[in-house]
Amino acid sequence: MDWMIQTWQQLPVILQLAVKIGLILGPLILSVAYYTYLERKVIAYMHVRVGPNRVGPKGLLQPIADVVKLMFKEMIQPTKSDHYLFFIAPVLALAPALAAWAVIPFSDSLVLADIDASLLYVLALTSMGVYGVIVAGWASNSKYAFLGAMRAAAQIVAYEIAMGFALVGVLMAAGSLNLSAIVQAQSGGIHQWYFIPLLPLFVVYLISGVAETNRAPFDVAEGESEIVAGFHVDYSGMGFALFFLAEYANMLLISALTVLMFLGGWNPPLEIPPFVWVPGLFWFLGKLCIVAFLFLWFRATFPRYRYDQIMRLGWKVFIPITLIWIGVIGFVRVFTPYGEIFR
Amino acid sequence: MTLLSVVFYVLAAVLVGSSAMVISVRNPVKAALFLVLCFFSAACIWITLEAEFLAITLVLVYVGAVMVLFLFVVMMLDIDIVQMREGFTRYLPVGAVIAGIMMVEIALVVLSGRFELDNVARPAGQPADYSNTRELGLLLYTDYVLAFEVAGLILLVAIVAAIALTLRRRPETLYQKPSMQVQVKKSDRLRVVDVPSGTRQGDVE
Repeated sequence: MDWMIQTWQQLPVILQLAVKIGLILGPLILSVAYYTYLERKVIAYMHVRVGPNRVGPKGLLQPIADVVKLMFKEMIQPTKSDHYLFFIAPVLALAPALAAWAVIPFSDSLVLADIDASLLYVLALTSMGVYGVIVAGWASNSKYAFLGAMRAAAQIVAYEIAMGFALVGVLMAAGSLNLSAIVQAQSGGIHQWYFIPLLPLFVVYLISGVAETNRAPFDVAEGESEIVAGFHVDYSGMGFALFFLAEYANMLLISALTVLMFLGGWNPPLEIPPFVWVPGLFWFLGKLCIVAFLFLWFRATFPRYRYDQIMRLGWKVFIPITLIWIGVIGFVRVFTPYGEIFR
Repeated sequence: MTLLSVVFYVLAAVLVGSSAMVISVRNPVKAALFLVLCFFSAACIWITLEAEFLAITLVLVYVGAVMVLFLFVVMMLDIDIVQMREGFTRYLPVGAVIAGIMMVEIALVVLSGRFELDNVARPAGQPADYSNTRELGLLLYTDYVLAFEVAGLILLVAIVAAIALTLRRRPETLYQKPSMQVQVKKSDRLRVVDVPSGTRQGDVE
């Protein structure tokens, strides 16, 4: 064991970082693949169907088969499309979705880059994901793709504001922009987790997260019934696979952020023996699975929103709610003796 | 040459190259995308200066919000390059004079000697736990609170003015009022008619 640690420490820093990045991205991409499988299975059972069950036992090899199919499929490029931007767009969608994982703390010691303003970093990177969508819609040179991109852009910009304000509430309560510090501020048991004092912000953040990732019931950007498949209608093969990967990586990212900021991160629900024996990593991943399941549940349950209703919900309901609650937090903490509620 | 200076020169080359592309590329959408690359490289350079709060805010505000809206507009407008070229020679003298004046002004400031490396002390590197977000906040809300609040007020006025200028009430557009939709009762919409057998509905009323 000792010699392993010694060789590890003698490796160049670049190589150490590369191994760490691989240790995050490998499981992430694998979980994205099985998240799609889970989605199909969960929605199938909710619809009283069976879901994929042909490839491998219980259909467990289905995502592998899908990946192989997409990798060997021909990438068709429309003649009138913009040649460079058409290929850059999927990369622009995927890169921020993966890069944001660099600052996610998986437990009190497992974090790749423990930077001071990690919350802002995540917010900045997720706001860049919209470029992949816009560029794809424009470069395809197709009306369907363009309409999808316009819808997605307007929706993401609208809900990003509500999301940002919900995060302002969290950092007022935690007094830090660092994700690890935010989780540490919630230690001590389930009653310390921020979803109780910041319940309105928690709800706004979760719903905005669903809207931000263009998932049902807010998936008008794909809108199969009106605009075929939205911004990625002209993509096939690997290009389509990258958009898919980006969407699911973003869903997992939003789930991870919800867990870190509102559900206590790696903290156990009670600080008593049977719970504290479980390592923090498992608490984090378990909570992440629950939030990620909500995404699938929403998709199976709710009918799609109409576009004007989406805009109304974002601008006229969520933003006022978050602003009022930020005011409430500030007022209670400064002018009343009950400031401890929001700490 | 340290690793940091290599990083700086790469980022600076990308920044200068993409700004040149912004003004030289023909397609306005691509110009906007190069401007995004510009902002991003500038943010990266700020990070090498340990100004991570400013850098991330630049990405968040300009790349994540302003440029998205900008692209949104540019993509929907059908900009005719030929038509825009027509005025080029006509406005060239005026443009050249203004550009010349600005170049001279910048040169006067830069060459005045105030920005020589000897006059500006090299900033000391801060320890790892130094939070420049906190320092910036402390400074903004104490020493510069008046300027900060005034700037906020001006921005608010600008927002209100922008909305007031563009708001048009269009009575012919039919809006739905969600509150009325929610409050509607069964009795508002539905009338149960008891029709005895052997009669038609018209006979009962």
